[in-house]
Amino acid sequence: MRLDVIFRVGAKILLPIMLLFALYVQFHGDFGPGGGFQAGVMSAAMVIFYAIIFGLETAQKVFPPRLAEIMVPAGVGIFAGVGVIGMLLGENYLNYSPLADDPAHGQEYGILLVEFGVLVTVSGTMVAIFYCFMGRGR
Amino acid sequence: MVLLTLLAAITIGIIRMRNLFAVVVLGGIYSFLMASVMIVLDAVDVAMTEAAVGAGISTVLMLGVLHLTKTQESKPKHTPLLPLFVAVATGAALVFGTFDLPPFGLADTPVNLHVAPYYLENSLRETLVANVVSSVLASYRGFDTLGETAVIFTAGIAVLLLLKGKRKLKPGPKRRRIGR
Repeated sequence: MRLDVIFRVGAKILLPIMLLFALYVQFHGDFGPGGGFQAGVMSAAMVIFYAIIFGLETAQKVFPPRLAEIMVPAGVGIFAGVGVIGMLLGENYLNYSPLADDPAHGQEYGILLVEFGVLVTVSGTMVAIFYCFMGRGR
Repeated sequence: MVLLTLLAAITIGIIRMRNLFAVVVLGGIYSFLMASVMIVLDAVDVAMTEAAVGAGISTVLMLGVLHLTKTQESKPKHTPLLPLFVAVATGAALVFGTFDLPPFGLADTPVNLHVAPYYLENSLRETLVANVVSSVLASYRGFDTLGETAVIFTAGIAVLLLLKGKRKLKPGPKRRRIGR
């Protein structure tokens, strides 16, 4: 897609900020608004933005469709897996307390891991659906 | 009030419009207005989601679909009276239901007295996470969030199956798969 140079330069300036903001929303979710879902949507929006400006093929080189499809079940796997780890360590399913020495710290780590799982599933799903729609009918 | 008026105006515009491109763009504006409403209601994370999903990703997906189909809506075959009746009846029932709701933001309503005080008091001590929304979402209500993630997973898999499955094999000596 040959577009104006303004779009390309502007996108190059905006893209790292978008990714940074997504990561901020993800890892600062303990203290500010946000979390896995919001961050996942934002990072997916970044990939989609890149694909719109620089073309689908370029975007698929950076972020292969295969990776997006693997991310869809991987995130649910991370989430459920954290729950299973808690169960193996002698607590209820999805109780994160035994993940660290201190139950409260365990909860903190568990929340971080679980939010990461949500991020992986959400961004993978969004990007995979986008690739599907865009790859059709030409 | 201004936001809600704008929302109503855009909804009427979407209903009356026949050009689907304009409808998609108006839908994006609707989502941004909805995000502003969420910010007014102090739900910043919902606003972020609405802006990113509603105005960003779904608008792009809709435009992609328009690329594959016609951009002009065809004339409806039936009279719009029955759908209008259903919509008005449902809306009236919902508005009737809101009469029983307590005023917005009141502290001593059942929803604010049940488990919410426990979360607010104990979240920081039990999970070391200052954002109560995060701790409720991921820890206290972890099962719900796991279910939600599974819903997204299911939706994604369903769309992938529908759109990405093997297309018709081309007849010919070399049968190769298209679509990968």
